[in-house]
Amino acid sequence: MNAATKPAACAAIPLRFPALPIGGLAGTSFKHQHLAEIRADGGGRGFFEVHAENYMGAGGPPHRALETLRRDFPISLHGVCMSIGGERPLDRTHLARFQHLVERYEPALVSEHLAWSTHDTTYFNDLLPLPYTEATLRRVCDHIDQFQEAIRRPILLENPSTYVAFRESTMSETDFIRSVSQRTGCGLLLDVNNVFVSATNHGFSALDYLSDFPLADVGEIHLAGHAEQSDDEGELLLIDSHNGPVADAVWKLFEIVVSRCGPVPTLVEWDSNIPDWPILKAEAAAAQAILDRSHGIAEARHAAA
Amino acid sequence: MLPPEPHLHSSYTSAFASALIDPRSETPAVVTGPRGKAAIKRYNVYRNNVTASLIEALAAIYPAVQRITGVEFFRAMARSHIRATPPTSPLLFEYGRDFPAFIETYEHASAMPWLADTARIERAWLDAYHAADAEPLPAAALGSSPQERLAELCFVVHPATGIVRSRLSAVTIFAANRDDAVQGRIDASMPEDALITRPDLDVVVRHLPAGGAVFLASLIAGQPLGEAAALALDASPTFDIASAIAGMIEAGAFTAATLEKQDGQ
Repeated sequence: MNAATKPAACAAIPLRFPALPIGGLAGTSFKHQHLAEIRADGGGRGFFEVHAENYMGAGGPPHRALETLRRDFPISLHGVCMSIGGERPLDRTHLARFQHLVERYEPALVSEHLAWSTHDTTYFNDLLPLPYTEATLRRVCDHIDQFQEAIRRPILLENPSTYVAFRESTMSETDFIRSVSQRTGCGLLLDVNNVFVSATNHGFSALDYLSDFPLADVGEIHLAGHAEQSDDEGELLLIDSHNGPVADAVWKLFEIVVSRCGPVPTLVEWDSNIPDWPILKAEAAAAQAILDRSHGIAEARHAAA
Repeated sequence: MLPPEPHLHSSYTSAFASALIDPRSETPAVVTGPRGKAAIKRYNVYRNNVTASLIEALAAIYPAVQRITGVEFFRAMARSHIRATPPTSPLLFEYGRDFPAFIETYEHASAMPWLADTARIERAWLDAYHAADAEPLPAAALGSSPQERLAELCFVVHPATGIVRSRLSAVTIFAANRDDAVQGRIDASMPEDALITRPDLDVVVRHLPAGGAVFLASLIAGQPLGEAAALALDASPTFDIASAIAGMIEAGAFTAATLEKQDGQ
Protein backbone atom coordinates (compact mmCIF):
# COMPACT_ATOMS: atom_id res chain seq x y z
CA MET A 1 0.00 0.00 0.00
CA ASN A 2 1.42 3.43 -0.81
CA ALA A 3 1.77 6.45 1.42
CA ALA A 4 -1.24 8.21 -0.11
CA THR A 5 -3.60 5.66 1.46
CA LYS A 6 -2.39 6.33 4.97
CA PRO A 7 -4.89 8.30 7.02
CA ALA A 8 -3.37 11.31 8.76
CA ALA A 9 -4.41 10.49 12.32
CA CYS A 10 -6.24 7.20 12.25
CA ALA A 11 -6.62 6.71 16.00
CA ALA A 12 -7.67 10.19 17.06
CA ILE A 13 -10.32 11.21 14.55
CA PRO A 14 -13.41 9.01 14.22
CA LEU A 15 -13.83 7.98 10.61
CA ARG A 16 -16.97 8.85 8.73
CA PHE A 17 -17.84 6.89 5.64
CA PRO A 18 -20.33 7.59 2.86
CA ALA A 19 -23.75 5.90 3.25
CA LEU A 20 -23.44 3.81 0.09
CA PRO A 21 -26.64 1.96 -0.94
CA ILE A 22 -26.44 -1.84 -1.28
CA GLY A 23 -29.86 -2.56 -2.83
CA GLY A 24 -29.78 -4.78 -5.90
CA LEU A 25 -26.01 -5.32 -5.76
CA ALA A 26 -23.93 -8.48 -6.00
CA GLY A 27 -20.75 -8.74 -3.94
CA THR A 28 -17.98 -11.09 -2.86
CA SER A 29 -16.12 -12.11 0.25
CA PHE A 30 -13.23 -9.67 0.79
CA LYS A 31 -9.76 -11.21 0.76
CA HIS A 32 -6.76 -8.98 1.48
CA GLN A 33 -4.76 -10.37 -1.42
CA HIS A 34 -7.36 -8.90 -3.81
CA LEU A 35 -7.27 -5.33 -2.45
CA ALA A 36 -4.77 -3.90 -4.95
CA GLU A 37 -6.72 -5.28 -7.93
CA ILE A 38 -10.06 -4.16 -6.49
CA ARG A 39 -8.67 -0.64 -6.16
CA ALA A 40 -7.14 -0.80 -9.64
CA ASP A 41 -10.63 -1.63 -10.99
CA GLY A 42 -11.58 1.87 -9.85
CA GLY A 43 -14.60 1.62 -7.56
CA GLY A 44 -16.90 -0.57 -9.65
CA ARG A 45 -20.40 -1.63 -8.73
CA GLY A 46 -20.75 -4.11 -5.88
CA PHE A 47 -20.15 -4.72 -2.20
CA PHE A 48 -17.84 -6.74 0.03
CA GLU A 49 -18.52 -8.95 3.00
CA VAL A 50 -16.03 -9.49 5.81
CA HIS A 51 -16.00 -11.86 8.75
CA ALA A 52 -16.34 -9.59 11.76
CA GLU A 53 -13.88 -11.57 13.92
CA ASN A 54 -11.01 -10.91 11.52
CA TYR A 55 -11.28 -7.19 12.33
CA MET A 56 -11.44 -7.48 16.10
CA GLY A 57 -7.74 -6.82 16.58
CA ALA A 58 -6.69 -3.40 17.86
CA GLY A 59 -5.11 -2.09 14.66
CA GLY A 60 -2.69 -2.90 11.87
CA PRO A 61 -3.10 -3.92 8.24
CA PRO A 62 -6.60 -5.52 8.56
CA HIS A 63 -8.19 -2.25 9.68
CA ARG A 64 -6.19 -0.21 7.19
CA ALA A 65 -7.45 -2.44 4.35
CA LEU A 66 -11.06 -2.32 5.53
CA GLU A 67 -10.95 1.47 5.89
CA THR A 68 -9.65 1.75 2.33
CA LEU A 69 -12.34 -0.58 1.00
CA ARG A 70 -15.16 1.04 2.99
CA ARG A 71 -14.52 4.45 1.43
CA ASP A 72 -15.54 3.12 -2.00
CA PHE A 73 -17.92 0.24 -1.28
CA PRO A 74 -20.79 -0.75 1.00
CA ILE A 75 -19.69 -3.41 3.49
CA SER A 76 -21.57 -6.35 4.91
CA LEU A 77 -20.38 -7.38 8.39
CA HIS A 78 -20.83 -11.13 8.81
CA GLY A 79 -20.32 -12.68 12.24
CA VAL A 80 -19.33 -16.33 12.48
CA CYS A 81 -19.00 -16.99 16.21
CA MET A 82 -21.63 -15.19 18.28
CA SER A 83 -22.95 -18.68 19.16
CA ILE A 84 -26.59 -17.52 18.95
CA GLY A 85 -27.74 -21.13 18.90
CA GLY A 86 -25.74 -22.09 21.99
CA GLU A 87 -27.04 -22.74 25.49
CA ARG A 88 -24.83 -20.39 27.41
CA PRO A 89 -25.38 -16.61 27.56
CA LEU A 90 -23.80 -14.55 24.79
CA ASP A 91 -20.22 -13.47 25.45
CA ARG A 92 -20.49 -9.82 26.55
CA THR A 93 -16.92 -9.05 25.60
CA HIS A 94 -17.58 -10.34 22.12
CA LEU A 95 -20.84 -8.36 21.90
CA ALA A 96 -18.96 -5.18 22.82
CA ARG A 97 -16.30 -5.87 20.18
CA PHE A 98 -19.03 -6.43 17.60
CA GLN A 99 -20.82 -3.23 18.59
CA HIS A 100 -17.57 -1.31 18.24
CA LEU A 101 -17.06 -2.63 14.69
CA VAL A 102 -20.61 -1.66 13.69
CA GLU A 103 -20.01 1.87 14.98
CA ARG A 104 -16.62 2.14 13.34
CA TYR A 105 -17.45 0.88 9.85
CA GLU A 106 -21.19 1.65 9.51
CA PRO A 107 -21.89 -1.54 7.53
CA ALA A 108 -24.86 -1.69 5.16
CA LEU A 109 -25.70 -5.19 6.43
CA VAL A 110 -25.00 -7.11 9.65
CA SER A 111 -25.55 -10.86 9.85
CA GLU A 112 -24.93 -13.95 12.00
CA HIS A 113 -25.64 -17.68 11.85
CA LEU A 114 -28.32 -19.90 13.32
CA ALA A 115 -25.63 -22.07 14.92
CA TRP A 116 -23.32 -22.32 17.91
CA SER A 117 -19.55 -22.61 18.21
CA THR A 118 -18.70 -22.31 21.91
CA HIS A 119 -19.43 -24.76 24.72
CA ASP A 120 -18.15 -24.28 28.28
CA THR A 121 -14.86 -22.53 27.60
CA THR A 122 -14.01 -24.18 24.29
CA TYR A 123 -14.36 -22.39 20.96
CA PHE A 124 -14.79 -25.01 18.22
CA ASN A 125 -14.40 -22.74 15.17
CA ASP A 126 -17.28 -24.40 13.31
CA LEU A 127 -20.96 -23.66 12.82
CA LEU A 128 -22.57 -26.40 14.89
CA PRO A 129 -26.26 -27.39 14.64
CA LEU A 130 -29.05 -27.14 17.19
CA PRO A 131 -32.35 -28.95 17.75
CA TYR A 132 -35.50 -27.08 16.80
CA THR A 133 -37.74 -27.05 19.90
CA GLU A 134 -39.78 -24.49 21.85
CA ALA A 135 -36.94 -24.26 24.37
CA THR A 136 -34.23 -23.56 21.78
CA LEU A 137 -36.55 -21.14 19.98
CA ARG A 138 -36.97 -19.09 23.17
CA ARG A 139 -33.25 -19.04 23.80
CA VAL A 140 -32.32 -18.10 20.24
CA CYS A 141 -34.84 -15.24 20.38
CA ASP A 142 -33.41 -14.03 23.70
CA HIS A 143 -29.91 -14.08 22.20
CA ILE A 144 -30.99 -12.16 19.09
CA ASP A 145 -32.85 -9.59 21.23
CA GLN A 146 -29.65 -9.09 23.23
CA PHE A 147 -27.51 -8.86 20.09
CA GLN A 148 -29.81 -6.35 18.39
CA GLU A 149 -30.02 -4.21 21.55
CA ALA A 150 -26.23 -4.15 21.81
CA ILE A 151 -25.64 -3.01 18.23
CA ARG A 152 -28.85 -0.93 18.09
CA ARG A 153 -29.99 -2.33 14.75
CA PRO A 154 -31.59 -5.51 13.40
CA ILE A 155 -29.44 -8.38 12.21
CA LEU A 156 -29.97 -10.83 9.37
CA LEU A 157 -30.02 -14.44 10.59
CA GLU A 158 -28.56 -17.05 8.22
CA ASN A 159 -30.11 -20.49 7.66
CA PRO A 160 -27.54 -23.24 8.32
CA SER A 161 -26.19 -26.09 6.26
CA THR A 162 -26.35 -29.30 8.31
CA TYR A 163 -25.20 -32.90 8.13
CA VAL A 164 -27.15 -34.38 11.05
CA ALA A 165 -30.59 -33.91 12.61
CA PHE A 166 -31.47 -33.94 16.34
CA ARG A 167 -33.85 -36.60 17.60
CA GLU A 168 -35.42 -34.07 19.96
CA SER A 169 -36.43 -31.57 17.24
CA THR A 170 -40.16 -30.89 17.19
CA MET A 171 -40.47 -28.34 14.38
CA SER A 172 -39.13 -27.76 10.90
CA GLU A 173 -36.21 -25.42 10.26
CA THR A 174 -38.41 -23.06 8.22
CA ASP A 175 -41.03 -22.87 11.00
CA PHE A 176 -38.25 -22.23 13.51
CA ILE A 177 -36.69 -19.45 11.42
CA ARG A 178 -40.06 -17.85 10.67
CA SER A 179 -40.87 -17.74 14.41
CA VAL A 180 -37.47 -16.22 15.23
CA SER A 181 -37.99 -13.50 12.64
CA GLN A 182 -41.55 -12.76 13.86
CA ARG A 183 -40.59 -12.64 17.54
CA THR A 184 -37.35 -10.66 17.27
CA GLY A 185 -37.91 -8.52 14.18
CA CYS A 186 -34.63 -9.73 12.70
CA GLY A 187 -34.28 -10.06 8.95
CA LEU A 188 -33.02 -13.18 7.22
CA LEU A 189 -29.96 -14.06 5.22
CA LEU A 190 -30.99 -16.82 2.83
CA ASP A 191 -28.00 -18.97 1.93
CA VAL A 192 -29.19 -20.76 -1.19
CA ASN A 193 -26.21 -23.11 -1.19
CA ASN A 194 -27.04 -24.08 2.40
CA VAL A 195 -30.61 -24.88 1.32
CA PHE A 196 -29.30 -27.09 -1.48
CA VAL A 197 -26.70 -28.80 0.77
CA SER A 198 -29.20 -29.47 3.59
CA ALA A 199 -31.93 -30.61 1.16
CA THR A 200 -29.54 -33.15 -0.35
CA ASN A 201 -28.21 -34.28 3.02
CA HIS A 202 -31.62 -34.68 4.65
CA GLY A 203 -33.57 -35.82 1.60
CA PHE A 204 -36.08 -32.99 1.34
CA SER A 205 -37.00 -30.79 -1.61
CA ALA A 206 -35.10 -27.51 -1.85
CA LEU A 207 -38.09 -25.98 -3.66
CA ASP A 208 -40.46 -27.02 -0.85
CA TYR A 209 -38.05 -25.45 1.67
CA LEU A 210 -38.01 -22.20 -0.31
CA SER A 211 -41.83 -22.25 -0.55
CA ASP A 212 -41.99 -22.51 3.26
CA PHE A 213 -39.26 -19.90 3.84
CA PRO A 214 -40.43 -16.38 4.78
CA LEU A 215 -38.94 -14.78 1.66
CA ALA A 216 -40.43 -11.37 2.46
CA ASP A 217 -37.96 -11.06 5.36
CA VAL A 218 -34.85 -11.86 3.30
CA GLY A 219 -32.37 -8.96 3.31
CA GLU A 220 -29.40 -10.76 1.78
CA ILE A 221 -28.66 -13.90 -0.22
CA HIS A 222 -25.52 -16.04 -0.05
CA LEU A 223 -24.19 -18.25 -2.84
CA ALA A 224 -21.18 -20.56 -2.48
CA GLY A 225 -19.58 -23.71 -3.75
CA HIS A 226 -19.86 -27.11 -2.06
CA ALA A 227 -17.97 -30.41 -2.11
CA GLU A 228 -19.19 -33.99 -2.39
CA GLN A 229 -18.65 -36.86 0.06
CA SER A 230 -20.75 -39.88 0.98
CA ASP A 231 -22.67 -40.85 4.10
CA ASP A 232 -22.65 -44.18 6.00
CA GLU A 233 -25.06 -45.67 3.46
CA GLY A 234 -22.80 -44.66 0.57
CA GLU A 235 -25.18 -41.96 -0.59
CA LEU A 236 -24.28 -38.39 -1.52
CA LEU A 237 -23.42 -36.07 1.38
CA LEU A 238 -22.72 -32.45 0.42
CA ILE A 239 -20.20 -30.37 2.36
CA ASP A 240 -20.62 -26.60 2.65
CA SER A 241 -16.97 -26.01 1.77
CA HIS A 242 -16.90 -22.52 0.14
CA ASN A 243 -13.90 -23.72 -1.85
CA GLY A 244 -15.07 -23.51 -5.45
CA PRO A 245 -17.53 -21.98 -7.92
CA VAL A 246 -21.28 -21.91 -7.30
CA ALA A 247 -22.95 -25.13 -8.57
CA ASP A 248 -25.37 -24.99 -11.53
CA ALA A 249 -28.25 -26.26 -9.39
CA VAL A 250 -27.63 -23.47 -6.87
CA TRP A 251 -27.66 -20.85 -9.65
CA LYS A 252 -31.07 -22.22 -10.76
CA LEU A 253 -32.44 -22.01 -7.22
CA PHE A 254 -31.06 -18.48 -6.96
CA GLU A 255 -32.95 -17.43 -10.11
CA ILE A 256 -36.14 -18.83 -8.61
CA VAL A 257 -35.56 -16.98 -5.32
CA VAL A 258 -34.82 -13.70 -7.11
CA SER A 259 -37.96 -14.08 -9.27
CA ARG A 260 -39.94 -14.27 -6.01
CA CYS A 261 -38.25 -11.71 -3.78
CA GLY A 262 -36.65 -9.33 -6.26
CA PRO A 263 -33.04 -8.12 -6.52
CA VAL A 264 -31.91 -8.71 -2.91
CA PRO A 265 -28.17 -7.98 -2.24
CA THR A 266 -26.35 -11.20 -3.09
CA LEU A 267 -22.93 -12.39 -1.99
CA VAL A 268 -20.69 -14.99 -3.57
CA GLU A 269 -18.69 -16.60 -0.73
CA TRP A 270 -15.33 -18.18 -1.47
CA ASP A 271 -13.22 -18.84 1.64
CA SER A 272 -10.66 -21.52 0.78
CA ASN A 273 -8.76 -22.36 -2.40
CA ILE A 274 -9.33 -18.66 -2.99
CA PRO A 275 -9.07 -17.84 -6.71
CA ASP A 276 -7.52 -14.84 -8.41
CA TRP A 277 -9.66 -11.72 -8.30
CA PRO A 278 -10.90 -11.92 -11.93
CA ILE A 279 -12.47 -15.34 -11.26
CA LEU A 280 -14.23 -14.17 -8.09
CA LYS A 281 -15.29 -10.98 -9.85
CA ALA A 282 -16.82 -13.04 -12.68
CA GLU A 283 -18.90 -15.06 -10.20
CA ALA A 284 -20.26 -11.82 -8.73
CA ALA A 285 -20.94 -10.51 -12.25
CA ALA A 286 -23.00 -13.63 -12.98
CA ALA A 287 -25.09 -12.98 -9.87
CA GLN A 288 -25.38 -9.30 -10.79
CA ALA A 289 -26.75 -10.20 -14.25
CA ILE A 290 -29.52 -12.26 -12.65
CA LEU A 291 -30.33 -9.46 -10.19
CA ASP A 292 -30.37 -6.86 -13.00
CA ARG A 293 -32.65 -9.02 -15.14
CA SER A 294 -35.06 -9.32 -12.23
CA HIS A 295 -34.88 -5.57 -11.67
CA GLY A 296 -35.58 -4.99 -15.39
CA ILE A 297 -38.61 -7.27 -15.24
CA ALA A 298 -39.90 -5.48 -12.14
CA GLU A 299 -39.48 -2.08 -13.82
CA ALA A 300 -41.28 -3.29 -16.95
CA ARG A 301 -44.15 -4.60 -14.83
CA HIS A 302 -44.30 -1.30 -13.00
CA ALA A 303 -44.34 0.67 -16.27
CA ALA A 304 -47.08 -1.55 -17.74
CA ALA A 305 -49.30 -1.17 -14.67
CA MET B 1 -42.21 -30.38 43.98
CA LEU B 2 -42.81 -31.10 40.32
CA PRO B 3 -39.97 -32.76 38.46
CA PRO B 4 -38.17 -30.29 36.22
CA GLU B 5 -39.10 -30.23 32.55
CA PRO B 6 -37.02 -32.70 30.56
CA HIS B 7 -35.53 -30.06 28.28
CA LEU B 8 -33.96 -28.30 31.26
CA HIS B 9 -31.89 -31.41 31.85
CA SER B 10 -30.89 -32.11 28.28
CA SER B 11 -27.91 -30.23 26.99
CA TYR B 12 -27.51 -30.67 23.26
CA THR B 13 -24.29 -28.66 23.27
CA SER B 14 -22.69 -30.89 25.94
CA ALA B 15 -23.79 -34.03 24.13
CA PHE B 16 -22.69 -32.75 20.73
CA ALA B 17 -19.41 -31.22 21.93
CA SER B 18 -18.34 -34.27 23.94
CA ALA B 19 -16.85 -36.13 20.99
CA LEU B 20 -15.80 -33.25 18.74
CA ILE B 21 -12.09 -33.27 19.50
CA ASP B 22 -11.80 -36.77 20.97
CA PRO B 23 -11.44 -39.31 18.15
CA ARG B 24 -12.10 -42.25 20.52
CA SER B 25 -15.57 -41.07 21.52
CA GLU B 26 -18.64 -42.49 19.81
CA THR B 27 -21.09 -40.46 17.78
CA PRO B 28 -23.41 -38.67 20.24
CA ALA B 29 -26.78 -40.39 20.55
CA VAL B 30 -28.66 -37.08 20.25
CA VAL B 31 -28.01 -36.86 16.50
CA THR B 32 -29.24 -38.97 13.63
CA GLY B 33 -29.33 -39.12 9.85
CA PRO B 34 -32.66 -38.64 8.06
CA ARG B 35 -35.23 -41.48 8.07
CA GLY B 36 -33.21 -43.58 10.46
CA LYS B 37 -29.94 -43.34 8.53
CA ALA B 38 -26.71 -43.53 10.54
CA ALA B 39 -24.88 -40.39 11.64
CA ILE B 40 -21.29 -41.59 12.04
CA LYS B 41 -19.83 -40.11 8.86
CA ARG B 42 -22.23 -37.18 9.10
CA TYR B 43 -21.04 -36.29 12.61
CA ASN B 44 -17.45 -36.81 11.49
CA VAL B 45 -17.87 -33.88 9.10
CA TYR B 46 -18.08 -31.61 12.15
CA ARG B 47 -15.14 -33.36 13.79
CA ASN B 48 -13.05 -32.87 10.68
CA ASN B 49 -14.10 -29.24 10.32
CA VAL B 50 -13.14 -28.44 13.91
CA THR B 51 -9.72 -30.10 13.90
CA ALA B 52 -8.76 -29.21 10.33
CA SER B 53 -9.75 -25.55 10.72
CA LEU B 54 -7.80 -25.22 13.98
CA ILE B 55 -4.75 -26.87 12.41
CA GLU B 56 -5.09 -24.32 9.59
CA ALA B 57 -5.26 -21.54 12.17
CA LEU B 58 -2.01 -22.71 13.81
CA ALA B 59 -0.35 -23.12 10.41
CA ALA B 60 -1.32 -19.54 9.56
CA ILE B 61 0.23 -18.26 12.81
CA TYR B 62 3.34 -20.48 12.61
CA PRO B 63 4.32 -20.74 8.90
CA ALA B 64 8.07 -20.93 9.60
CA VAL B 65 7.56 -23.79 12.08
CA GLN B 66 5.51 -25.65 9.46
CA ARG B 67 8.15 -24.98 6.78
CA ILE B 68 10.84 -26.39 9.07
CA THR B 69 8.95 -29.49 10.22
CA GLY B 70 7.10 -30.26 6.99
CA VAL B 71 3.32 -30.35 6.68
CA GLU B 72 2.68 -33.87 8.00
CA PHE B 73 4.83 -33.39 11.12
CA PHE B 74 3.25 -30.01 11.76
CA ARG B 75 -0.30 -31.32 11.41
CA ALA B 76 0.35 -34.15 13.86
CA MET B 77 1.97 -31.77 16.37
CA ALA B 78 -0.84 -29.21 15.95
CA ARG B 79 -3.50 -31.91 16.35
CA SER B 80 -1.93 -32.99 19.65
CA HIS B 81 -1.86 -29.39 20.85
CA ILE B 82 -5.49 -28.75 19.84
CA ARG B 83 -6.64 -31.80 21.82
CA ALA B 84 -4.67 -30.69 24.87
CA THR B 85 -5.39 -26.96 24.60
CA PRO B 86 -8.37 -26.06 22.40
CA PRO B 87 -9.05 -22.35 21.84
CA THR B 88 -11.05 -20.42 24.41
CA SER B 89 -11.45 -17.19 22.41
CA PRO B 90 -13.45 -16.90 19.19
CA LEU B 91 -10.64 -14.68 17.87
CA LEU B 92 -8.37 -17.19 16.14
CA PHE B 93 -5.47 -14.74 15.88
CA GLU B 94 -5.32 -14.99 19.68
CA TYR B 95 -5.00 -18.79 19.55
CA GLY B 96 -1.75 -20.71 19.92
CA ARG B 97 -0.11 -18.70 22.73
CA ASP B 98 0.67 -22.00 24.48
CA PHE B 99 1.95 -23.66 21.32
CA PRO B 100 5.66 -22.70 21.76
CA ALA B 101 5.67 -24.22 25.28
CA PHE B 102 3.90 -27.29 23.88
CA ILE B 103 6.60 -27.63 21.20
CA GLU B 104 9.23 -27.64 23.96
CA THR B 105 7.59 -30.70 25.53
CA TYR B 106 6.67 -32.46 22.25
CA GLU B 107 9.05 -35.41 22.21
CA HIS B 108 9.16 -35.75 18.42
CA ALA B 109 10.49 -32.16 18.24
CA SER B 110 13.27 -32.68 20.80
CA ALA B 111 15.90 -32.82 18.04
CA MET B 112 14.94 -29.22 17.13
CA PRO B 113 15.61 -27.32 20.40
CA TRP B 114 15.35 -23.94 18.60
CA LEU B 115 11.86 -24.67 17.25
CA ALA B 116 9.97 -23.31 20.27
CA ASP B 117 11.82 -19.97 20.20
CA THR B 118 11.23 -19.71 16.46
CA ALA B 119 7.52 -20.16 17.26
CA ARG B 120 7.76 -17.45 19.94
CA ILE B 121 9.05 -15.00 17.34
CA GLU B 122 6.18 -15.95 15.02
CA ARG B 123 3.64 -15.42 17.82
CA ALA B 124 5.19 -11.99 18.57
CA TRP B 125 5.07 -11.20 14.83
CA LEU B 126 1.28 -11.77 14.77
CA ASP B 127 0.74 -9.79 17.97
CA ALA B 128 2.63 -6.88 16.37
CA TYR B 129 0.54 -7.25 13.20
CA HIS B 130 -2.74 -6.82 15.12
CA ALA B 131 -1.46 -4.31 17.73
CA ALA B 132 -2.95 -0.84 18.00
CA ASP B 133 -1.62 1.76 15.59
CA ALA B 134 0.64 4.45 17.02
CA GLU B 135 3.16 6.98 15.71
CA PRO B 136 6.68 5.99 16.71
CA LEU B 137 8.93 8.40 18.55
CA PRO B 138 10.54 10.75 16.01
CA ALA B 139 14.32 10.86 15.86
CA ALA B 140 14.30 14.57 16.75
CA ALA B 141 12.61 13.92 20.12
CA LEU B 142 15.86 13.10 21.92
CA GLY B 143 17.60 16.15 20.52
CA SER B 144 14.98 18.43 22.08
CA SER B 145 15.49 17.00 25.58
CA PRO B 146 17.99 18.74 27.89
CA GLN B 147 21.25 16.89 27.22
CA GLU B 148 22.35 16.89 30.88
CA ARG B 149 19.17 15.00 31.80
CA LEU B 150 19.22 12.35 29.04
CA ALA B 151 19.97 9.64 31.59
CA GLU B 152 16.65 10.39 33.32
CA LEU B 153 14.56 9.91 30.16
CA CYS B 154 11.83 7.28 30.32
CA PHE B 155 10.15 5.78 27.27
CA VAL B 156 6.58 4.77 26.42
CA VAL B 157 6.58 1.45 24.61
CA HIS B 158 4.85 1.17 21.22
CA PRO B 159 1.86 -1.25 21.31
CA ALA B 160 3.45 -3.50 18.65
CA THR B 161 6.88 -3.86 20.30
CA GLY B 162 8.02 -7.27 21.50
CA ILE B 163 11.29 -8.93 22.50
CA VAL B 164 12.09 -12.63 22.22
CA ARG B 165 15.34 -13.91 23.73
CA SER B 166 16.72 -17.23 22.57
CA ARG B 167 19.71 -19.27 23.75
CA LEU B 168 19.86 -20.56 20.18
CA SER B 169 19.79 -18.96 16.73
CA ALA B 170 16.01 -18.53 16.51
CA VAL B 171 16.15 -15.12 14.78
CA THR B 172 18.24 -16.44 11.90
CA ILE B 173 16.09 -19.57 11.66
CA PHE B 174 12.91 -17.48 11.71
CA ALA B 175 14.20 -15.15 8.99
CA ALA B 176 15.38 -18.04 6.80
CA ASN B 177 11.97 -19.71 6.95
CA ARG B 178 9.64 -16.75 6.49
CA ASP B 179 10.69 -16.12 2.91
CA ASP B 180 11.43 -18.43 0.04
CA ALA B 181 15.11 -17.55 -0.24
CA VAL B 182 17.39 -20.58 -0.22
CA GLN B 183 19.80 -20.40 2.72
CA GLY B 184 23.06 -22.06 3.46
CA ARG B 185 23.61 -24.10 6.61
CA ILE B 186 22.77 -22.29 9.82
CA ASP B 187 24.87 -22.59 12.97
CA ALA B 188 21.97 -22.88 15.41
CA SER B 189 24.10 -22.67 18.54
CA MET B 190 24.55 -18.87 18.72
CA PRO B 191 22.27 -17.10 21.23
CA GLU B 192 20.09 -14.51 19.50
CA ASP B 193 17.60 -11.89 20.67
CA ALA B 194 14.82 -10.53 18.50
CA LEU B 195 13.16 -7.12 18.52
CA ILE B 196 9.74 -7.15 16.87
CA THR B 197 8.16 -3.80 15.88
CA ARG B 198 5.53 -2.40 13.53
CA PRO B 199 6.14 1.35 13.13
CA ASP B 200 3.51 1.53 10.38
CA LEU B 201 2.04 -1.33 8.28
CA ASP B 202 4.95 -3.76 8.12
CA VAL B 203 6.11 -5.94 10.99
CA VAL B 204 9.91 -5.92 11.24
CA VAL B 205 12.01 -8.49 13.14
CA ARG B 206 15.53 -7.32 14.04
CA HIS B 207 18.43 -9.26 15.47
CA LEU B 208 19.52 -7.27 18.55
CA PRO B 209 23.21 -6.75 19.29
CA ALA B 210 24.71 -7.91 22.60
CA GLY B 211 23.08 -6.19 25.58
CA GLY B 212 20.27 -4.81 23.41
CA ALA B 213 17.55 -7.05 24.85
CA VAL B 214 18.43 -6.19 28.46
CA PHE B 215 18.54 -2.49 27.54
CA LEU B 216 15.15 -2.47 25.78
CA ALA B 217 13.47 -4.73 28.34
CA SER B 218 14.58 -2.33 31.08
CA LEU B 219 13.21 0.67 29.17
CA ILE B 220 9.93 -1.19 28.51
CA ALA B 221 9.72 -1.92 32.24
CA GLY B 222 9.88 1.85 32.84
CA GLN B 223 13.48 2.27 33.96
CA PRO B 224 15.23 5.48 32.89
CA LEU B 225 17.80 5.50 30.09
CA GLY B 226 20.85 5.71 32.38
CA GLU B 227 19.84 2.72 34.49
CA ALA B 228 18.88 0.67 31.43
CA ALA B 229 22.27 1.38 29.86
CA ALA B 230 24.08 0.39 33.07
CA LEU B 231 22.18 -2.91 33.23
CA ALA B 232 22.97 -3.58 29.57
CA LEU B 233 26.69 -2.89 30.16
CA ASP B 234 26.63 -5.27 33.13
CA ALA B 235 25.11 -7.95 30.93
CA SER B 236 27.42 -7.31 28.02
CA PRO B 237 30.66 -5.27 28.16
CA THR B 238 30.49 -4.67 24.39
CA PHE B 239 27.09 -2.94 24.67
CA ASP B 240 27.11 0.26 22.57
CA ILE B 241 24.59 2.78 23.89
CA ALA B 242 24.75 5.18 20.93
CA SER B 243 23.92 2.52 18.35
CA ALA B 244 21.33 0.97 20.70
CA ILE B 245 19.46 4.30 20.93
CA ALA B 246 19.72 4.89 17.18
CA GLY B 247 18.49 1.34 16.57
CA MET B 248 15.45 1.59 18.83
CA ILE B 249 14.41 4.91 17.24
CA GLU B 250 14.81 3.48 13.75
CA ALA B 251 12.82 0.38 14.72
CA GLY B 252 9.98 2.45 16.16
CA ALA B 253 10.02 0.59 19.46
CA PHE B 254 8.70 3.53 21.50
CA THR B 255 6.09 6.26 21.07
CA ALA B 256 7.24 8.91 23.54
CA ALA B 257 10.10 9.98 25.81
CA THR B 258 9.46 11.79 29.06
CA LEU B 259 11.58 13.05 31.92
CA GLU B 260 10.71 10.74 34.76
CA LYS B 261 10.31 13.52 37.29
CA GLN B 262 7.69 15.28 35.17
CA ASP B 263 5.38 12.28 35.50
CA GLY B 264 4.54 12.90 39.11
CA GLN B 265 3.85 16.64 38.79
